Amino acid sequence: MSAVVSTAPRRAWSFRQPSVIPGFGLTLGFTLTYFSLIILIPLIALAVRSAGLGPEGFWKAATDARVLGSLRVSFVTALMAAGVNVVFGTLIAWVLVRYRFPGRRIFDAIIDLPFALPTAVAGIALTAIYAPNGTVGVLFAPLGWRIAYTPAGIVIAMIFIGLPFVVRTIQPILEEVSHEVEEASATLGANRFQTITHVIFPSLMPAILTGFALAFARAVGEYGSIIFIAGNIPFVSEIAPLLIYIRLQEYNYVGATVIATVMLMISFALLFAINLIQAWSRRRYGYGN
Amino acid sequence: MATKLRAQTKRRRSPTSERRSVQLLMIGIAVAFMAVVLVLPLYAVFHEAFSKGVWAFFAALGEKDAQAAIRLTLLVAAIAVPLNVVFGLAASWAIAKFEFKGKAFLITLIDLPFSVSPVISGLVYVLLFGAGSFLGPWLKGYGIEVLFALPGIVLATIFVTFPFVARELIPLMQDQGTGDEEAALSLGANGWQTFWRVTIPNIKWGLLYGVLLCNARAMGEFGAVAVVSGKIRGQTTTMPLQVEMLYNEYNASAAFALASLLALLALVTLVLKSALEWRFGEEIAAGDH
Repeated sequence: MSAVVSTAPRRAWSFRQPSVIPGFGLTLGFTLTYFSLIILIPLIALAVRSAGLGPEGFWKAATDARVLGSLRVSFVTALMAAGVNVVFGTLIAWVLVRYRFPGRRIFDAIIDLPFALPTAVAGIALTAIYAPNGTVGVLFAPLGWRIAYTPAGIVIAMIFIGLPFVVRTIQPILEEVSHEVEEASATLGANRFQTITHVIFPSLMPAILTGFALAFARAVGEYGSIIFIAGNIPFVSEIAPLLIYIRLQEYNYVGATVIATVMLMISFALLFAINLIQAWSRRRYGYGN
Repeated sequence: MATKLRAQTKRRRSPTSERRSVQLLMIGIAVAFMAVVLVLPLYAVFHEAFSKGVWAFFAALGEKDAQAAIRLTLLVAAIAVPLNVVFGLAASWAIAKFEFKGKAFLITLIDLPFSVSPVISGLVYVLLFGAGSFLGPWLKGYGIEVLFALPGIVLATIFVTFPFVARELIPLMQDQGTGDEEAALSLGANGWQTFWRVTIPNIKWGLLYGVLLCNARAMGEFGAVAVVSGKIRGQTTTMPLQVEMLYNEYNASAAFALASLLALLALVTLVLKSALEWRFGEEIAAGDH
């Protein structure tokens, strides 16, 4: 690669700018090969399999009642969990950035627990807590409320795994919001509440939206922490990733592929939306992730 | 002087902060939420693990299948993590040290596995190597089993941990620029010398940080591995899968005993990660963690 660039005459368009640093061909070549082998080719295999069904066959498999039911369960519960996470995640980010209190650093570190704790471990732990005889479940059992083995359990598990996405997206932005604009707002006569709602929140909005989308995307795809607590009743508490797993166990590869393709299209749309939000945020506020 | 100033701020609240009572209320809500959502599950794992006493705990860990699961998990991580480290170094070298077309797109692609559901990450390899595929039977002809064997588990693990090292190193190396490397090259060092003696010392803490996160996920991955492993007891069950099997067999205390090892791994990861952030914050990255 570098040989091509150095011997070629100067042109208006070139793939890369010249540099004295060696290793471009080697590292980019390795990166692209490794990416293709591990990620791209397997994903293409998935796309080819579902394209093989033809539009009609695909539509028929994708609109199967149980498939639609599982997608509905996944998306409704993920929306609810992401909503809860945005409210409490924003509050937690605010408290961790703005206030000083004993144990702050420990709580700040423990926010990342859902990233580090294996999902199966989280799943059985949450089930133990929210089962009718568990620490929290026992409080709700006399009221006739069941959390574990119902969709409420799914939402709880999704809240657990989604929380760090919201907090960690908002935290750095909140640290960057300059005190000067708050001071300016205060000198112009705004009270604290107005400053927060009219000055601080608008600049946090892209981060909050990004955090919401990340938590939502993670919750929709989540499997390990949910299946133990969900109850897994078709049409009620059966999530889409579980249905993929069940279809694979039945050697129904076509069924599994179709659900996976639908989910992938939705997550890539979400990823695209996240990128748009961040590009917009960079233009509008000059920062973003 | 200092005490006088503090006395003043005590008397009059700064216009850019909230009343102390509001602060305390918000801290209270945030801490209570984190305690219930994050701390309680962690506590539950250890509580349940020792629910039948210390002897039962160690007996469960000493079990033949549990030992095999621990060995398999360590083996899988020992293969998958180094491969992703090599990829992370190559990708960040190509991306951070050179300017070329399509770079932003490549960075987005590297994060792609994060938006794929773990179950789908396993499914793509089932489609690629399973019955009815082209590659599976062909490899079988040479006596190579991918699915329901070690290679499949390793591949699925690499897929889900793919971005960890790269996304830690890319922003860090972009921040550091190419000045140090250019200086080394101009003083007569060759490419490898520059890489080992200049670049690696510059990025070592960020690299360690990425390895920590990558390793935690590699050892704890459940969904993707569950799909490709076939769950053959004592042979293809990793620790998280063994936890699931024991739990589904109503052997909860043994499941939690094994789970507590994974929880311990998560805690050690968090402690080391926080230590790195506090000690070497500047050298880790302007990243988003």
